Amino acid sequence: MKTAVAFWAIVAKDMRTYYLKPPNISWGLIFPLAWTGMFFIRSGAGLESILALLPGVVAISILFGTTSMLAVTVTFEKKNRSFERLLLAPLPLELLMLAKTGGAIFFGMVNALVPVIMAAFLIDLSRAVWVAFLPAIVLIAVASTFMGLFIAVAVSEIFEAQTFSNFFRFPMIFLCGLFFPIAKLPVFLQPISHALPLTYGVDILRWGFEGGSRLPLALDFAALIAFCLVLFTLSLRNISRRWIG
Amino acid sequence: MNAIAVNSLAKRFDDMQAVADVSFDVSPGELFGFLGPNGAGKTTTINMLIGLARPDAGTIRIGGIDCTTNPKAAQHLIGVVPDESNLYPELSGVDNLCFCAALYGMGKAERCARAAELLETFGLAKAAGRRFGGYSKGMKRKLTIAAGIIHRPPVLFLDEPTTGIDVASARQIRQILDDLHRQGTTIFLTTHYIEEAERLCDRIAFVVAGKIVASDTVEHLIQPIQDRHVVQIAFANGGTGLAAQLAEAFAGLSFQMLSQGLVRVEAAAPVPVGPLVRFLEEHGAEVKEARRMRPSLEDVFVTITGIEANAMAREKENTGAGGMP
Repeated sequence: MKTAVAFWAIVAKDMRTYYLKPPNISWGLIFPLAWTGMFFIRSGAGLESILALLPGVVAISILFGTTSMLAVTVTFEKKNRSFERLLLAPLPLELLMLAKTGGAIFFGMVNALVPVIMAAFLIDLSRAVWVAFLPAIVLIAVASTFMGLFIAVAVSEIFEAQTFSNFFRFPMIFLCGLFFPIAKLPVFLQPISHALPLTYGVDILRWGFEGGSRLPLALDFAALIAFCLVLFTLSLRNISRRWIG
Repeated sequence: MNAIAVNSLAKRFDDMQAVADVSFDVSPGELFGFLGPNGAGKTTTINMLIGLARPDAGTIRIGGIDCTTNPKAAQHLIGVVPDESNLYPELSGVDNLCFCAALYGMGKAERCARAAELLETFGLAKAAGRRFGGYSKGMKRKLTIAAGIIHRPPVLFLDEPTTGIDVASARQIRQILDDLHRQGTTIFLTTHYIEEAERLCDRIAFVVAGKIVASDTVEHLIQPIQDRHVVQIAFANGGTGLAAQLAEAFAGLSFQMLSQGLVRVEAAAPVPVGPLVRFLEEHGAEVKEARRMRPSLEDVFVTITGIEANAMAREKENTGAGGMP
């Protein structure tokens, strides 16, 4: 019970302090809108292309929504030492970091819903397989958040968190199959695509909206779960090594 | 069972041995002072005790729980007030306290009541709704202490609690520590203010270069120099060679020029103040004051460590903290 109180307090504080602030909410709305518009202009296609664009826009919205805020807030709290408060709480480090990332995961999932809701006004989404969509956005949000955590733990300055985030995010956008099909990428880049969590997330979303996936769904889910576990474990190990040295 | 039991604690950073073979016990309800200059290893020691640093060697038990390898094991028993305020600048005073209480699993009604009680105790009730980031340094310090005791911990760690704050706030903090001590809280206090340690602590450890060089009650620490007689004479118009002339004229007394116009006289027997004053006046000095000094913890510290107490204050002045408020 005490652990639950502490866990919820951390999530609620972060939501209130960081994620539910008006600038962040407007970012959550404008960002997916901008991506959708950009894809439309690029493709020059009509409304029927929305279904093909949706998986990519959803994935990018989650990626940016989760990593932008988390990497900065954790670095900020580490720098002003308020993160020590959390490290001193009688809460296992795993639970503490799950609580700390809870707000970002939730925010990423809400970001994912924005383009879907917008699309629902323009096209028929009745054929979408929501059973695949929902776990997919949860897993993409968790994997992206843990990537943000990994970045936050690896740097010490806020500007480094921003730069380092982009170092991962932008190549991921180009290599995960959103702009170019992975099969059409140069051969030497294809293995890199398969080392990115977004590749598997986008593949599930494609299956959910368009009915076809490049890889077996079980492999997509297993890969995303593996990314979540590895990134979280590495982050915990780094916190333990670098911040409780 | 000791509230804190530390045995052979050691910590090295690269080529610097920050803490070396430190051992001590703190009894329940005791106020234990950890006194030393900057870089002596005080903060590193406290960080190891609270779980923010891992010892290279040694053992730590808090409330009987071995937390050497698992620092989380005893964190529910401790409260921590770090050397710099570490609350959330964007939250209000009351929200900071309620959040800290929630971290220890306190229910909403309980944490609101406790936060209100502490804000009242620390004289911060009127600023409860203001952002912590806008507080003065003294207010920040007080709220950080309030956050450290919000869950009524039986063991409280304080790292330099009065450094760099105004006199009134420092006095209030010392009063609060005294009250907590009388209520039975075990307190581990690091400070570089010798007078503060002497005034508050039941026992004190002197730490220099990562090692405890002496540890005992204030009375026992002072005992070896209790029989020494010290007189300080302040004068004007004295020449630079006066200390040497005094030493030549008064065998058996030791003289030390503390500053221009201030000489310290020490002896195993009572110091003959009259002849000293006459000698100084015959040599052109105008004596302003001659004062018998009670042996203090500062004398013990200087004797044991060889570090002048005012050198520690100067270090703090250099870091902007100044002397004891």
